[in-house]
Amino acid sequence: MEAYREIILILAATIRVATPLVLAAIAGLFSERSGVIDLGLEGKMLAAAFASAAVAAATGSAWLGLGAGVAASLALALVIAFACVTHRGNQVVAAMAVNIIVAGLAPALALAWFDQGGQTPQLDGPGQRFLGIAWPWAQAARRHPVPGLAYAELLSGHNLIVYFAAALVPASAWVLYRTRFGLRLRAVGENPLAVDTAGISVNLLRYQASIISGILCGVAGTYISTAASAGFVRDMTAGKGYLALAALIFGKWRPYPTLAACLLFAFADAGAARLQGVPLPGIGVVPVQLIIALPYILTVLLLAGFVGEAVAPKAIGVPYTKEK
Amino acid sequence: MEPESPALQAPGGPPGPALELCGIDKRFGAVHANRSVSLAVSKGSIHGLIGENGAGKSTLMNIVYGFHRADAGEIRVNGRRVEIGRPRDSIEAGIGMVHQHFMLVERFTVLENIVLGAEGGAMLGRGLGEARSGLGRLGRKYGLDVPLDAEAGHLPVGMQQRVEILKALHHRAEILILDEPTAVLTPAEADQLFRMLALLRDQGKTVILVTHKLREIMAITDRVTVMRQGSVVHETATRDTSPKALAEQMVGRAVLLKVEKAPAKPGAGLLEVRNLEVRDRLGVPRVKGASFSLRAGEIVGVAGVSGNGQSELIEALAGIRVPTGGSILLGGQDLARGSTGLNDRRSHGIAHVPEDRLRMGVVASFSAEDNAILGYHARQRFNRSGFMRRRAIREDCAEKMASYDVRPPSPSLRITAFSGGNQQKLVLAREIDCGPSVLIVGQPTRGVDIGAIEFIHRRIVALRDSGKAVLVVSVELDEIMGLSDRILVMAGGEIVGEVPGSEATEEALGLLMAGVKGDASR
Amino acid sequence: MKPADKLPRWAEFGLLPAINLCAALLISGAVIRLIGESPWAAFKLMAAGAFGAQDSIGYTLFYATDFVFTGLAVAVAFHAGLFNIGGEGQAYVGGLGVGLVCLAFGSCSPWLVIPLAIASGCAFGAAWAFVPGWLQARRGSHIVITTIMANFIASALMTYLLVNVLIKPGQQSPETREFGPGAAMPPVHELLARIGISFAPSPFNMASLLALVACALVWAFLWRTRWGYALRVVGQNPQAAVYAGISPERTIMVAMTISGGLAGCLAVNELMGSQHRILLDFPGGAGFVGIAVALMGRNHPVGILAASLLFGALYQGGSQLSFDMPHVNRDMVILIQGLVILFCGALENVFRAPLAALLRPRAARPSP
Repeated sequence: MEAYREIILILAATIRVATPLVLAAIAGLFSERSGVIDLGLEGKMLAAAFASAAVAAATGSAWLGLGAGVAASLALALVIAFACVTHRGNQVVAAMAVNIIVAGLAPALALAWFDQGGQTPQLDGPGQRFLGIAWPWAQAARRHPVPGLAYAELLSGHNLIVYFAAALVPASAWVLYRTRFGLRLRAVGENPLAVDTAGISVNLLRYQASIISGILCGVAGTYISTAASAGFVRDMTAGKGYLALAALIFGKWRPYPTLAACLLFAFADAGAARLQGVPLPGIGVVPVQLIIALPYILTVLLLAGFVGEAVAPKAIGVPYTKEK
Repeated sequence: MEPESPALQAPGGPPGPALELCGIDKRFGAVHANRSVSLAVSKGSIHGLIGENGAGKSTLMNIVYGFHRADAGEIRVNGRRVEIGRPRDSIEAGIGMVHQHFMLVERFTVLENIVLGAEGGAMLGRGLGEARSGLGRLGRKYGLDVPLDAEAGHLPVGMQQRVEILKALHHRAEILILDEPTAVLTPAEADQLFRMLALLRDQGKTVILVTHKLREIMAITDRVTVMRQGSVVHETATRDTSPKALAEQMVGRAVLLKVEKAPAKPGAGLLEVRNLEVRDRLGVPRVKGASFSLRAGEIVGVAGVSGNGQSELIEALAGIRVPTGGSILLGGQDLARGSTGLNDRRSHGIAHVPEDRLRMGVVASFSAEDNAILGYHARQRFNRSGFMRRRAIREDCAEKMASYDVRPPSPSLRITAFSGGNQQKLVLAREIDCGPSVLIVGQPTRGVDIGAIEFIHRRIVALRDSGKAVLVVSVELDEIMGLSDRILVMAGGEIVGEVPGSEATEEALGLLMAGVKGDASR
Repeated sequence: MKPADKLPRWAEFGLLPAINLCAALLISGAVIRLIGESPWAAFKLMAAGAFGAQDSIGYTLFYATDFVFTGLAVAVAFHAGLFNIGGEGQAYVGGLGVGLVCLAFGSCSPWLVIPLAIASGCAFGAAWAFVPGWLQARRGSHIVITTIMANFIASALMTYLLVNVLIKPGQQSPETREFGPGAAMPPVHELLARIGISFAPSPFNMASLLALVACALVWAFLWRTRWGYALRVVGQNPQAAVYAGISPERTIMVAMTISGGLAGCLAVNELMGSQHRILLDFPGGAGFVGIAVALMGRNHPVGILAASLLFGALYQGGSQLSFDMPHVNRDMVILIQGLVILFCGALENVFRAPLAALLRPRAARPSP
């Protein structure tokens, strides 16, 4: 029974850890399917984390915070699109630039505005954070651990953004494979010239994809600072953007496998946090750093073709220019 | 939008022009690609647009299709002026285009490719169903059968071309432009395409055929427009002209179809190729058991529709591809066996002018002098224990430029600042100057101006006369017939025939290229 | 990042980077103004902080040395057509190589320890970069992604080693014990003192000489040797390289190995010149500064040297800033760094095209 409790708690933590990963990975999916490498997930999320916490702290409203987070992330997405789509700049460079700009700008503004050493104030007022929503009878259900505890911990008790992320995956799959926009999006990442000659604007599609990515990263960043924690601290995304990118690659740029990869990485993370120093049967104590590095190692192995094969959208990373 | 011009379409008269271009002008930097081009294509006709490579045909058609914007001039469709700034405008005006390089999303199905851009609604489900039945009708009407659920990338090129045509028709094209559609087809497939085009014309569609092949113009078009150096130089009904007259219009003077050369004096065999087999990365055989020999003092030409194994053959001989079977014997040594580093070929005296200069033969961002050592950079002449001898490299390049008449003679100038002909002369100089015994030349005069063509041909013949062996691959039958002492014909990866250069005719070669095996010289 | 429009050399290496830098400074100035401080005063403070005193000049040069190594690392890979984002991790692992030698032989003569530590740092950094290089060459794995992943793996590995293996016994913070006396890179102020010149103490040390030598070697390698020629051919046109008998695969691995070796040298400056122990996250983002430096220096050693000095000054000046402007600190420098990458790298065509049009001789311009 204790093991069951432990597993349920680890799974519940997995859901919480996976939420920003799923949001960011799906954000990256739209962008990369359109042919734009999305290394900027990290920066966009960090900007949103700062903007949402700052606005939530100033106004007392988590919803206004969400709006600010989305706006900040969207603005950066547009900067990247302007550089890479309009001016055909290098996508990797643009994204790295944005990541570094945010890493400097967010704490600089936080320091100037709140005078707390590069953090935002603690969000503890009512309505400043996205808090868990208890489902009916969740409290009562705990008395019957199977399946009550699972109901209370896994289905109930999460905040809105978690449920949004859960709904996002089937929604994206539907958009990608069942709509005209999805068809064009997939086409532009494979062969932009074909899209152009079919009378569809390549740049417009890529801007649309960037905007979607910006919005979703904004939600992800907001989750990190106003739902998963209570305020912004320096570098708080801590590589989650790159981890989401790894999940996207691991999921071969498809919605459901990407979700699975996010859950796997999140499970490793949640498990590592709870099992620190606990010997596993047959293996012994696994260093926590190994578990932290595991998603990255797995991704490298995948890219190397040692575990399966990841076929990227064909035109990814290549600025679109008409040949003369 | 300007009001309709009433003078253009006489009421009750013969059908007016479907497409009119008036004074189209276009520059790319210093290149004047189109010089005030005017052209009228009547409705329900097949109109040929012919000209050499670089004459401005493709630029003109890309302007019509909205890929480039003209600097000046106007476009009228059915007598009405249209503003075409992007492909969408062109499609809406009823123009469709089949590009030389197909515009297909390889991982999509044929159906997905065809509906792209005309999906019939924001949701795919219904649109795809309707498109499926609509395409069935179109296919029956024009004899264009394609497997709608196959992955486009897996189809043979002839089939991909049909998908492109269907795509244009599905987008409701009334005017269909085809840019060099036969470059990838055998003569038989080309004939099939032409029958299809005739059918389209008979159904009232207007077809523009862009090509540089006289045969096609004569075979199928109703009218023909000749372009040279960006301008329209001639326009006539096809039945009123002849291939010879068109050829003269294209090049601007009476053409020398024969290259001036003395009879060959072939000597000993230099290179012996036996049962050579080359497979591509997917394991598909591209060259299937080719056998032939090259003798000193002769030029052997390889004719064939592009994509029939010629590229793979010369790349295997030049050491760029590793053969999967057979042998390449040079001086008693088998180059196909064992570890044959790429530099090995050069040290064995095999030099290679690649088919696609800018893709492979030069480094675009490098200077002429740095390009003049490409492949020979490790030679003692150019470096001392690893360190480049800059002065020697510059002097060497200046010498090459002088003896091959490369203009301007500035070794430090970026290679892309030279014209195609001058680039090719420099590449030829690089490969001949190292003193090879065998020279392999792919497309010797692709993208090269007339003056340089003659120069390049003379140099190749001079190399032969000095007792070297030359293998020439070209898609230009005229060039092959003019240069070669012996002609090998490739089809489907095999060498299907051999014809003495003096006895070759276009018809006989065409038959062989279509895959009809046999000795055509009989 | 092939330049769309060719500029004259002076504009390519001087004017364009200057314009890009101005754009970056302009935006940072706007941010400082937004915060409520005077941008002009802030930049003056930074300049004074970087060059106002002997020790601040020393610090500026010390930081610049870091950036020369990482900038060269990015540039060498770039010339082979590779974007090495893994400088940070390569420098970190290079620090392991430097540190292990220094810990083991720290009591020996500097004449032995210093060359050995440099070689070991290079080798560790090179090995860490070789893996993504090998994966790109042999398995086709995208080098941008693998080098990013390698940064995280390096971070986890070094944390593990510092927390569990190399930590000084009986200590809380994850650091090694101090290196022995033989493992110190001689500081410049001490050398100057020996010849009677007094200079304020700073971590500015002889690793800077190594950086200059590295600049010269990289230049000679890329533009004066046949291997450098081959590397540039691969970077510009891999198919032409195959045609020329150059193996792109081998060249990619060589380029990444050199790149990683250069990044590894950062540890010589940081650890032997300043910290004298291995500690968590000592590269502190210098690997990423290398991207800005290489882009601004147009991937040329001379340009990299100049850009490194600029960034050294920004880092030193930025850390002085917070004393006088409590609301502005070194984060501002990270912002400037990001903006420089944006303008010199991703947005370079924005200024390049108008500049090229402006500089083009009138005769060559197309008539309207």
